[in-house]
Amino acid sequence: MENFTPITGLIGGLLIGAAATLTLWANGRIAGISGILSGVLFPTRGETLWRVLFIGGLIAGAGLYLLVRGTLPLEIQAAPIPTVVAGLLVGFGTRLGSGCTSGHGICGIARLSRRSFTATLTFIVTAVITVFVTRHLLGGVL
Amino acid sequence: MMTLTTTGARLSIFAAGLLFGLGLTVSGMSNPAKVIGFLDIAGAWDPTLLLVMGGGIAVTLPAFHWILKRPQPLFAEKFYLPSVKNVDRKLLLGAVLFGLGWAIAGFCPGPALAALVTLNPSVLLFVAAMAGGMLLHRLLLE
Repeated sequence: MENFTPITGLIGGLLIGAAATLTLWANGRIAGISGILSGVLFPTRGETLWRVLFIGGLIAGAGLYLLVRGTLPLEIQAAPIPTVVAGLLVGFGTRLGSGCTSGHGICGIARLSRRSFTATLTFIVTAVITVFVTRHLLGGVL
Repeated sequence: MMTLTTTGARLSIFAAGLLFGLGLTVSGMSNPAKVIGFLDIAGAWDPTLLLVMGGGIAVTLPAFHWILKRPQPLFAEKFYLPSVKNVDRKLLLGAVLFGLGWAIAGFCPGPALAALVTLNPSVLLFVAAMAGGMLLHRLLLE
């Protein structure tokens, strides 16, 4: 567990929780990134501006971190073709499953939604098995 | 003329996005190696993601309970909540596909958007493919 960073992890989690809380309290919306991004890509009347502002804020927040800290750690091991396959799967899968780590994991669980509990458990278990298979059984082919 | 309500709505949703982007970067979740370190339970396991989700839910669980008892959000006429309640095949298959992609790249939608600020070509490739996956879902299933 030499890479474990509990303090920054917890602070970051609290910030994400505060962001989701502000989104629901002020605007009545669920801070689910896949749904918000999809709504920016395929706009519907009256439901686009808040999504653009949210995504803009998210990128600005990451930019602020980069500005203050001077660097944003980024280690990507996947080669270009697996990266594209992964992107397609994440984009398609989050639409089919109506959400991702934020919408189901942070907001849905807080609403005690059975769908979100099920989805969160399913994508975490699937991802753990996938990493085990690709890293330990297939020796890091991806 | 822009009313106080629309100004508040716009400012608050941008601030929520900003907090979200800060949370993702502070927690280290915008780094795919950190996410895969969590998913890799048979390797040098890094439990940080658990604290990020835990920290997030520790805020949203009590906050959502309180907010949803209010008659309406501050700057909107109603709460926009998912209406589907039952666990179906689409939810499960979507979560499995998302979990696969998440494990291959180490990116889910929020962290990938936050990592855009690095202008790293792999991040751009992932986000473009993710948008492609969302488009594919729209073309095939909506």
